[in-house]
Amino acid sequence: MRIVVLIKPVPDPASAGERLGPDGRLDRAAVPAVVNGNDEYALEAALKLIEAAGDGEVTLLAMAPTNAPETLRKALAMGATRGVHVTDPALAGSCAVSTATVLATALGDLEFDLLLAGIDSSDGVGGIVPAAIAAHLGLPFLSYATRIEPDMTTRTVRVRRISATGYDLLEAPMPVVIGCTQALGEPRYPSLKGIMAARGKEIVTRSLADLGLDGATLGGAATTTTILGSRMPPPRAATEIVRGTPDEGAARIVDFLVERRLI
Amino acid sequence: MGALWVVAEPGPDGGLARISAEAATLVRDLASTTGRDAIGIVVAPDPAPAAQDLATFLPVVWAIADPAAADHAWSAVAAGRVATLLATETPDAVFVGAGADGRDLAGAVSALSGLGVLVNATAVSWTDDGPAVEMSVFGGKLVTTSGFTSGRGIVTIRPNVTTAVPAGGTGRVQARTVDAPTALPAVRVVERVSEAGAKAPIEEARIIVSGGRGVGGPEGFAIVEQLADALGGAVGASRAAVDSGWIPYSQQIGQTGKIVKPELYLALGISGAIQHKVGMRTSGAIIAVNRDVDAPIAEFADLFVAGDLFAVGAALLDRLRARSG
Repeated sequence: MRIVVLIKPVPDPASAGERLGPDGRLDRAAVPAVVNGNDEYALEAALKLIEAAGDGEVTLLAMAPTNAPETLRKALAMGATRGVHVTDPALAGSCAVSTATVLATALGDLEFDLLLAGIDSSDGVGGIVPAAIAAHLGLPFLSYATRIEPDMTTRTVRVRRISATGYDLLEAPMPVVIGCTQALGEPRYPSLKGIMAARGKEIVTRSLADLGLDGATLGGAATTTTILGSRMPPPRAATEIVRGTPDEGAARIVDFLVERRLI
Repeated sequence: MGALWVVAEPGPDGGLARISAEAATLVRDLASTTGRDAIGIVVAPDPAPAAQDLATFLPVVWAIADPAAADHAWSAVAAGRVATLLATETPDAVFVGAGADGRDLAGAVSALSGLGVLVNATAVSWTDDGPAVEMSVFGGKLVTTSGFTSGRGIVTIRPNVTTAVPAGGTGRVQARTVDAPTALPAVRVVERVSEAGAKAPIEEARIIVSGGRGVGGPEGFAIVEQLADALGGAVGASRAAVDSGWIPYSQQIGQTGKIVKPELYLALGISGAIQHKVGMRTSGAIIAVNRDVDAPIAEFADLFVAGDLFAVGAALLDRLRARSG
């Protein structure tokens, strides 16, 4: 089984230091990058599927700035086979349209049965790129996956997709694009052996020219969206701290709800 | 005169999703202040019920029947139809809810049409260069306003940024056929499974009562659920509670769960670590009950009650039940 996992290096949300640069774009140098949380669940799911199948390989694909290999090594240490890193100065400031086009083009050179992607990223939180890639490639898109069950003999895959009342069981022929959620399971920690092995794993670098794409019609120069301004949200009022008996606390909550017309 | 489109998502039992009613309200107001046409679009096996619902919010609704939507994933079916319409018509913007179906549709339509997407809108105004879309970023630390370089694009709208208000009259429902719709690979729905424990979608809830590590176990969620019932709200959870298997992932709020914006967020036994905070900090009012006054949530809640969540919760439940009598 061949699986490609999309990996996005994102500013570490735990740093709480994300900010915009003077150009209004996310300042990716302001805080350390980590593998996007939902991509880690996708990668964990991929590794488990390969282990269950007994053979196969997991290729990581990232479109990211030049320092992305540092982040990709961590994903390789979890057990992925190799990485493909699409990077080009022209891609800085890419919108979702360019991102999906570039990733879809890069995927054209990779063979896979399953393409796994985190359902959204913690920096953009748009949740639209996996669907866009599937549409570009003309592949079935199975999203909000909580369970993935491939059947290599029939070359179909079944996915449980979260619904309002439970889940929908989806089925499509391979290859497919799957949007992955945390419900797929906690990502493993890289072992020392995995970390050592990751140092020797291949990360192929591809530029826009390598992909046959033109930086004048893609990336920052051709962005479809642009930031017009930003402001701080109105500050919350200082926290009112209530200490006392449970009933005094409950009474204050009720008064608060009444004051705010919430009950 | 330009047009603004709202693509309605399927709701429970063939009706209109609440998020689509909210999006329709927002778009109707925007169309009215900018002198544009507001048009709703329903794609469903039998579009009539949702189209009739949507027509209480919008002057014109296009009803597109597509039998494939009965047993196939909705977004690919609807995206093909919408993309085909976009090949010959040029609305100034296409709006859809920022839930699972809306995001899937927006991504696919973007790829098929080349239109850009602005996501998770909390407010939309209009400039000479098209829509100006506000969104909350970096876990609520910053509000940005963005536009489309071409002046046109797709906007996903967060739940609960406006209240759905009917128009006061009923709009026209027009059956539309879309010839030769763009075909995206259909994804068969083998089965739609209702789970006993499944709760109302928390993204749409106006009140959320949420439990964290302090709840201590699955039994501890009883008080969370009782308070949610008493307040007419939904049950949420922190990642710690979900990872412990006390409550399904669908109820998780935070960075790798849902981002919510209810009018009231009542957090029980939740410390408010950054992973959780980014999912709920833009809530209208935040009340926390926690033993630990040094918990991070004490810094951004509006009201922090220091104490045992079970004791305070039980007392609160008594008082709420006494009020509703």
